[in-house]
Amino acid sequence: MQTADLANMSDKLMLSTVVLYIVAVVAYAADLGFGRRRQPAAVVRTEAKVLVGADGPDETVTEVVAAPPAEDDRRRIDWARLAVVLNVLGWAAHLGVILSRGLAAHRWPWGNMYEFLTAIAFAAVTAYLVVLARYKARFLGAFVMVAAVIALGVANIWLYDSVGPVTPALNSYWIAIHVTAAIIATGSFTVAGAATIMYLLKSRREAAGPIPEQSVWSRVPGVEALDRLALRVTTFAFPIWTAAIVMGAIWADEAWGRYWGWDPKETWSFVTWIAYAAFLHARATAGWKGRKAAVLSLVAFACLIFNFFGVNYMFSGLHSYA
Amino acid sequence: MAETDTERAKAEKTTPDEPTPDQAGPDRVEEAATATPAGRRPAEEGPRPRGIGPIGWLRWAWRQLTTMRTALILLFMVALGAIPSSFLPQRAQAPEKVDVYFQQHKALAPWLDRFSLFDVFAAPWFAAIYILLFVSLAGCVVPRLVKHFQAMRAQPPAAPRNLTRLPQSATFETSRTPDEVLAEAKALLRKRRFRVAEGKGAVASEKGYAGELGNLLFHLALLGLLFSLGVGNLFGYRGDVLLREGSSFANTLAQYDQFKPGRAFSTNELAPFSITLDDFQAKYELKGDKRGQATDFHASITYRDTPTSASKHYNLKVNHPLEIGGTKLYLLGHGYAPQFTVRDGKGQVAYRGAVPFLPQNSRTLQSEGVIKVPDAQPDQLAFYAILWPTATATTDGKQIISEFPGALRPVVSIVGFKGDLGLDSGNAQSVYQLEGIGKTLIPIKGGEKLMEPGETFKLPDGSGSITFDGLKEWTSLSVNHDPGRMPALIAAVLAILGVITSFTVRRRRVWVRASAAEDGRTVVHVGGLTLGNPTPEFDDVVTALRGDSQGSDASEPTTPVSEETGTPGDASPGDKSEQSGAETSTSAADDPSDKE
Repeated sequence: MQTADLANMSDKLMLSTVVLYIVAVVAYAADLGFGRRRQPAAVVRTEAKVLVGADGPDETVTEVVAAPPAEDDRRRIDWARLAVVLNVLGWAAHLGVILSRGLAAHRWPWGNMYEFLTAIAFAAVTAYLVVLARYKARFLGAFVMVAAVIALGVANIWLYDSVGPVTPALNSYWIAIHVTAAIIATGSFTVAGAATIMYLLKSRREAAGPIPEQSVWSRVPGVEALDRLALRVTTFAFPIWTAAIVMGAIWADEAWGRYWGWDPKETWSFVTWIAYAAFLHARATAGWKGRKAAVLSLVAFACLIFNFFGVNYMFSGLHSYA
Repeated sequence: MAETDTERAKAEKTTPDEPTPDQAGPDRVEEAATATPAGRRPAEEGPRPRGIGPIGWLRWAWRQLTTMRTALILLFMVALGAIPSSFLPQRAQAPEKVDVYFQQHKALAPWLDRFSLFDVFAAPWFAAIYILLFVSLAGCVVPRLVKHFQAMRAQPPAAPRNLTRLPQSATFETSRTPDEVLAEAKALLRKRRFRVAEGKGAVASEKGYAGELGNLLFHLALLGLLFSLGVGNLFGYRGDVLLREGSSFANTLAQYDQFKPGRAFSTNELAPFSITLDDFQAKYELKGDKRGQATDFHASITYRDTPTSASKHYNLKVNHPLEIGGTKLYLLGHGYAPQFTVRDGKGQVAYRGAVPFLPQNSRTLQSEGVIKVPDAQPDQLAFYAILWPTATATTDGKQIISEFPGALRPVVSIVGFKGDLGLDSGNAQSVYQLEGIGKTLIPIKGGEKLMEPGETFKLPDGSGSITFDGLKEWTSLSVNHDPGRMPALIAAVLAILGVITSFTVRRRRVWVRASAAEDGRTVVHVGGLTLGNPTPEFDDVVTALRGDSQGSDASEPTTPVSEETGTPGDASPGDKSEQSGAETSTSAADDPSDKE
């Protein structure tokens, strides 16, 4: 295929990705709002409904009367499955966006802010799917996918850039290593951030009183599980972030003649690293566990976001590729 | 200290996790043996020292400094302290921007300067924070290292009395004798690389020392990184040179445009190499909406390691520095250097050469520069010039712009001045700016002209002429020597390896006790304790130990696994240290300091 065709395909796939993700968000929200119960009590209720429904056809009734079971069926749409299927389809389209973009440009497809943000969103969705498969963390779906949709929206509306070559400074095999590590770490931190926000919301809700069986919160696991999930994802991402910084330093040494020069990007990567290190330490210290540590984790995530947007658009530095 | 005390009070209020002696209950002594290995505990909140004298106070201060809380606060202060450097211009990176800031904020700037906010990373307060942090780190890591080595050599702690009370436990019966079971357990655990010790009717084992080792390695590597940074700053140097095509540079102090030596660097240590820039080539995208974007730069250079050695050739590119005798040479920037010949009022050639112009726009390389001709007679001459590498008129035809960074149709616009350049005053002048315009330097009437290469412009008042001979390019090179580079790399790699090890390896203990039951069979109790979340290994050990003892009414292994996220993989050191509910311990390793 021609470069132009591939670039065009990448843009079209981007549209499909965004649409699939938005529908997935709706399905996740529906699942949280009125999906199947997780509690045993809820399961019994569903079974009761099935029995009622099964009774229906036995009776000889008119079509008008037959309507309620049909409506009942519709209400029992498996939102969770729908959401996950759409999510995986969207993920595949997203992968296609990145691959076709890379093929069109004949290089690693993270050479400008549009591509970088697209890749970070992809990493976040991938991290979420991994967490979904390993820990059944479907409750995170709505949050992570909203974040992904926002990221892709920002990428397309404000950061879009057509396919092109990179500046000579970026023309190095380090882009494949350093930037990839930064993307994976950022995507994972996003999932950890979503779990932490859920943790804070849930712990507030729990403190307010008992959670009714029907509420959204009954579908979110306990604070301890959320806390551990956030920690687990952070412990995965932290060494990768460390490696991204170190590899960035090695690259900086090759490109700019020094491995550390307190460029705004370097400074904020360092600040982010320190903040996550503080979170990990706090998490292991009794007096700082729980809420305090969660707030620390969100502060660290805020630093990470600022490092992406603030540093590239507010300051002029060596990392200003916008 | 006031701040620390508030933090202290806060932490005291919010430490419900800490077991009080009452909660620990009567089993405290037994549980002491099963305390989670190497778990971290918060600062010991003993009563404030009273009447303990200066040494007591020092010890108290040292203990405070090495607590986790102090380390956390210091970590945060480092992060906070680094932030102003991204909002305010820094002398180390952009001294010219600091000057501009001073002009724009006349009242504020001196105050900011008083707090070293334009040199954040050289500021005394910043140094104070990170030195305290690293002292705190060392004060924590070194004793822990000693304790860890002792623990690695010591026997695994003896089996607690009641193994079923442990987080992981299993009980089964078998027809083998207790001795057989214990011998088998020993062999099995050894094979699984546990360190094994035999007690009375029981086997104790422990493994996963690498986790703590990785943790310590990580922190020591950070110390090493800081040390390397210091070595580089002290013994290294860096300098910038601007080289025009055809010109040469010898590595001596006088030839640098900018030179920053480390405090302990002596200029005799400059490697005696020399280089010549033969040619510089920039490639740009020619088509599409990316037209004009640079795609490749390379500088052909010839260099000699020493004045007497043979000359070699190198193609210097971005991302491909040249290393000569422990010194590295980098291609940093480039621009145009138009060549001019200036004749003075007497017809003498007063200047001939290529003048580096500064690019104003990286996409079009529209550049500006000045030509100073102090040797012109009778008046000194000066020219301010703008260069458009590919000149074209704007659509309204009123302005000239450069539409491409390559030199497809170079045009310069010249404005002539005469008078006194002010070079004799002794004040340093920028080579890119004219000083005293309108005062000592008077614009020449009708002295403006657009010129193409080869054109000569006679100044209308007869004070001279200028010829635009052609276009050369210049490159800026960065030269540096950093002896801390390799140590820093090694320290960084060790830090990454350390942090990964500490997150993935968990210290765990397994005890096996076998005792004869009344019916001639043997009851086997297996207990396991893991720092952090339990691993599935315990179940594997139990399964292997049970072996052929089918039919026995054994209870299932009880590894607590929570519903959603309870699968093993939690790597937090000390995460569940309150699990055992004990705060004292028997092993030396069980008394770590309170932070990582």
